[in-house]
Amino acid sequence: MNENWTLFKRNLAEFWKTFRKNRLGLLGAFLVITSILVATFAPWLSPYSPSDIIRDEGGHGLTFASPAVHAPLGTDDAGHDVWSQLVHGARISLMVGFMAGFIAMFVGSLFGILAGYFGGAVDNLLMRITDILLVIPDLPLMLILVATIRQLDLKISPLTVLIAVIGLLYWTSTARLIRSQVLTIKERQFVARARAIGAGHGHIIRKHILPQIMPLIVANTVLILSTAILVESGLAFLGLGDPTKPSWGTMLNFAFDRSAVTNGAWWFYLPPGLAIVWVTLGCVLLGNVLEEMLNPRLTAHHLEGDQNMVTVPGKGVE
Amino acid sequence: MNRRDYLLRKFGLSIVTIFVVVIINFLLFRVLPGDPVRAVVGRNVRISAETQRALREQFGLDKPVFPDQFFDTLGQWAQGNLGVSWSLRRPVSEVLMSKLWNTVLLIGLGQLLSIIFGVILGLLAGWKRKTAIDVGALTFSLIAWAIPTFWLGIILLAAGSTWFGLPTGGIVSPINVGKPLYTIIPDVARHLILPTFTLTILYLGEYMLIMRSSILEVLSEDYILTAKAKGMSHWQVLWKHALKNAMLPIVTLIALNLGFTVSGAIYIETVFSYDGLGKLFQTALTKQDYPLLQGAFLLLAVSVIIANMAADVLYAVLDPRVKES
Repeated sequence: MNENWTLFKRNLAEFWKTFRKNRLGLLGAFLVITSILVATFAPWLSPYSPSDIIRDEGGHGLTFASPAVHAPLGTDDAGHDVWSQLVHGARISLMVGFMAGFIAMFVGSLFGILAGYFGGAVDNLLMRITDILLVIPDLPLMLILVATIRQLDLKISPLTVLIAVIGLLYWTSTARLIRSQVLTIKERQFVARARAIGAGHGHIIRKHILPQIMPLIVANTVLILSTAILVESGLAFLGLGDPTKPSWGTMLNFAFDRSAVTNGAWWFYLPPGLAIVWVTLGCVLLGNVLEEMLNPRLTAHHLEGDQNMVTVPGKGVE
Repeated sequence: MNRRDYLLRKFGLSIVTIFVVVIINFLLFRVLPGDPVRAVVGRNVRISAETQRALREQFGLDKPVFPDQFFDTLGQWAQGNLGVSWSLRRPVSEVLMSKLWNTVLLIGLGQLLSIIFGVILGLLAGWKRKTAIDVGALTFSLIAWAIPTFWLGIILLAAGSTWFGLPTGGIVSPINVGKPLYTIIPDVARHLILPTFTLTILYLGEYMLIMRSSILEVLSEDYILTAKAKGMSHWQVLWKHALKNAMLPIVTLIALNLGFTVSGAIYIETVFSYDGLGKLFQTALTKQDYPLLQGAFLLLAVSVIIANMAADVLYAVLDPRVKES
């Protein structure tokens, strides 16, 4: 145990040494971490509750007040403080995105490992399911699923419905990725040796396969998170969010429906979108850099550099 | 793989997928609470118990759900009978057909422009790897990916209508309805600028990325080195050897992207009040018009599946690796 722990610490230190040199990766990590911090400390960062109505001296609600009138981000059509909504919206957006992302990651990894390791009928079934899910247009499918489930009076919150539907539809790419990785690992010598000395399937998967694919799962999860957050914002924009717990997408739905554009209330429709871009960009940068570090690919091609094949003295061979 | 086997497999998969879509559509309609008769006559229409029973018999709702009702519904759908819209009180298939071409026009224009620009920019980015063009192209596609479609639409809508005086929605200005074609066409074009531009930005990034990685892969093949060794210029190598081979993944991407394209159309038509299938889908959603929702889903899903199959066939024809053995 102790030995493993030192090994883990050394690996982590090694990883950090490479990672901190990658500026894009650092930027991604910064974007993701700041948004998580904002979501965590939302009540301390916002002067009002998202449902408070801001009033002027005469007691009238301040509607569509610009940031110049009401700092820092003005008010919406009903006189709510936009900054407070934005900060509290981070909680909803991130929660739905993260939970849906983790479900997708879990289901995808599970199916990927099972299909890759056992092959045969399991593999066939999995591949056909992913083939089918890949072709059916996802947004219309999600829209009719969510719309129908919400009609059923199941007494589950709209956010739970969103989490379940997104999580259970976006696992296919993860499953394919993990499957192909497991396929190559299970042919390696150490797995054959483990099997030769009588190790069971469970043991091999836990002790030999899982540690090998874990980094890939982590990188892929970060990428899936960005998709989940984007999809949530889209569904919420189309009116499938929880109006009592507005996420960034729901805010944009309100802003658009209540003509923030024609009123020129940019402080209402710009910040939620920027926040979504902030998080998704962060996840994509971080995920791509992690994936790149774990999957080194080709680094050069033949038309790079000099136009001539003949090397000029002193310039060195390509 | 044998070309015939490949096509048969793809064909079989498409049939299975269409079947899955049909089953989903059928089941979702059945699990809705309330009497299915309501689904036919609408929720707020008063009918007597007598009429209700008569309707149940007429629509076969007194028969078991499976197999009678299922195959009955299947037969109806196959004939293009998708029921009557609750909110519009018109046959669903008629409503869908009236919006279809508007969406095809929008999506077609957006796809065409994004493929042209995506291929050119991707080619340049891959060829001039690690230069300013490449970094710029990568940054652009990264940001385009991270931006929610509808939000980009909202921003362009605000900017375009404030600074460029472009129309904020619809396909044709109300005053131009019924005017001769030479007045209508420029007006429709003006209405199309913003939604098409949004779609193009949205799709462009992915085509560019695929083209870039595809050209990178092709350029590291040995035959490129051979061509270069023969003394061909970079342009000649790119044009004669690299482009044709690198274009292949684009064909598959067009097919894979169709589902994504439909999603884009739903968002963009909603933002720009563009009178197409996407806007119709969103309206049906807010009005909880289930027959319309189901019909629209069926149409969108089946067309994407068929288009996908068409792309697979095209791929088999273009790729010499998939051939008769």
